[in-house]
Amino acid sequence: MSVDVSSIRYVLAIESSCDETAAAVIDSDLEVRSSVVASQYELHRDFGGVVPEIASRAHVRRILPVIDQSLKQAGITLADVGAVAVATQPGLVGSLLVGLTAAKTLALTLDVPLIDVNHIEAHIYACRMAAGRDVFPAIGFVVSGGHSNLYDCTSPVDFELIGSTIDDAAGEAFDKVAQILGIGFPGGPAIQRVAEKGNPKAIRFPRTFLKEDRLEFSFSGLKTAVLYTAKGVPGSTKKPEPLTEQRIADIAASFQAAAVDVLVAKCEQALRQRNRNRLCVGGGVAANVRLRGQLERMAKRIGVELHVAPMSLCTDNAAMAAIAWEHLRRGRFAPLDLDVTPGLVRRKR
Amino acid sequence: MSDPVFKVHCESEDATRRFARSLGEAALPGLVVALVGDLGAGKTRLVQSAAEGLGVDSSVVNSPTFVLIQEYEGRLPVYHFDTYRLKDMDEFLELGADEYLSSDGVCFVEWADRMEEVLPRDRLTIEFEITGEFSRTLHLSAGGKVSRVVLARLEDSL
Repeated sequence: MSVDVSSIRYVLAIESSCDETAAAVIDSDLEVRSSVVASQYELHRDFGGVVPEIASRAHVRRILPVIDQSLKQAGITLADVGAVAVATQPGLVGSLLVGLTAAKTLALTLDVPLIDVNHIEAHIYACRMAAGRDVFPAIGFVVSGGHSNLYDCTSPVDFELIGSTIDDAAGEAFDKVAQILGIGFPGGPAIQRVAEKGNPKAIRFPRTFLKEDRLEFSFSGLKTAVLYTAKGVPGSTKKPEPLTEQRIADIAASFQAAAVDVLVAKCEQALRQRNRNRLCVGGGVAANVRLRGQLERMAKRIGVELHVAPMSLCTDNAAMAAIAWEHLRRGRFAPLDLDVTPGLVRRKR
Repeated sequence: MSDPVFKVHCESEDATRRFARSLGEAALPGLVVALVGDLGAGKTRLVQSAAEGLGVDSSVVNSPTFVLIQEYEGRLPVYHFDTYRLKDMDEFLELGADEYLSSDGVCFVEWADRMEEVLPRDRLTIEFEITGEFSRTLHLSAGGKVSRVVLARLEDSL
């Protein structure tokens, strides 16, 4: 396909991962013209009630109205779309296929380039958007309910996965610990709130792999340690300390300290191992105040520039569309036989 | 009549790991393993070692709590479900669970007690009893042909 990229004004970006059906239009000045996410209340109302988030059938029903809406809000028609971007990973196979099929069909019928975007990478690219300038090369760190991934990012479009969790993701550990302590969902904000009144040094929880060079996380042992501290060691006659409000606060604070220590240490190791002087952090857990504080201290100590993606840029898919422009300008188009790469299908390395 | 229960006492994490690896080695196409146990019982750990026994590189096995299902390539295809975040059985089915459950791969279902009604009767149920900090007693029962053969193979290997 011969494409004159300079003549393209608008990119339509489509996403149908686990949680939402979304479409955004972004123009060549990287201005977000529209961003429609079908998990919003108004859209549930417009599109016929709340549908199970994970169902690909729901995506099928919602995808066309969402695309329509995004074009309308941007004040353009399909004829103005110069390229179609689509998230092909990670997510559920069935869900991703819905967005991919819509994107391929549009690219084919409009005769415009198709662009393949990894949604997780968009979390890191959101740092670039917020900074308003180039932040690469950098170490990218995505820390959320489903991911604790470290990337070596040599350019805005070249991300190498260099570390991840071998069991629970960081956000998952927060959720499960919050459940053990009975302090509510989602776990991240709940732990942070309760931990404010607790002593982070009250209990010495394990910090798995802290001193090892491997860029891997493991939060399963920490979760179990919290469980035993809260509910008692099974088979032991020793009763656990009663779960008073103070005790819960101490456990939450000590857990948070242990988790954050490991997260920060692995970022530091990645920066040193890859000799990078910028760190870009994205994902829901990045909102944790202790994590941010410790990352800032570490960055200052070793002389590294820290960028944390604002949540607003992570959740709507504007960042994804902006990455699409990076691909577009480099002429990196995807073939029409593009397939999904669900993050959940992990193949041998 | 409930199925007879075979008990395995694992005195350490290592012993649980060895047992799980044997389970992976004994697994046959179409086996469904239903895992029942509290947070921290060791369900994901068991799947990691069982997958290893099935020839999967265990470093790629992690918790599917967020993504709901993971797929690994081993001697047989291995499907690893976590129903922790699912609201009800309909959501489980909408994942396409029944296709996986009736496939020729090996399925591991964490928090299986929440999805009992949609699991095939022919399944190997493993209930975790937490007997100490690192010790577990596993209660195994087989509900059909494939799971019974696997359980027999497993008993022989222990």
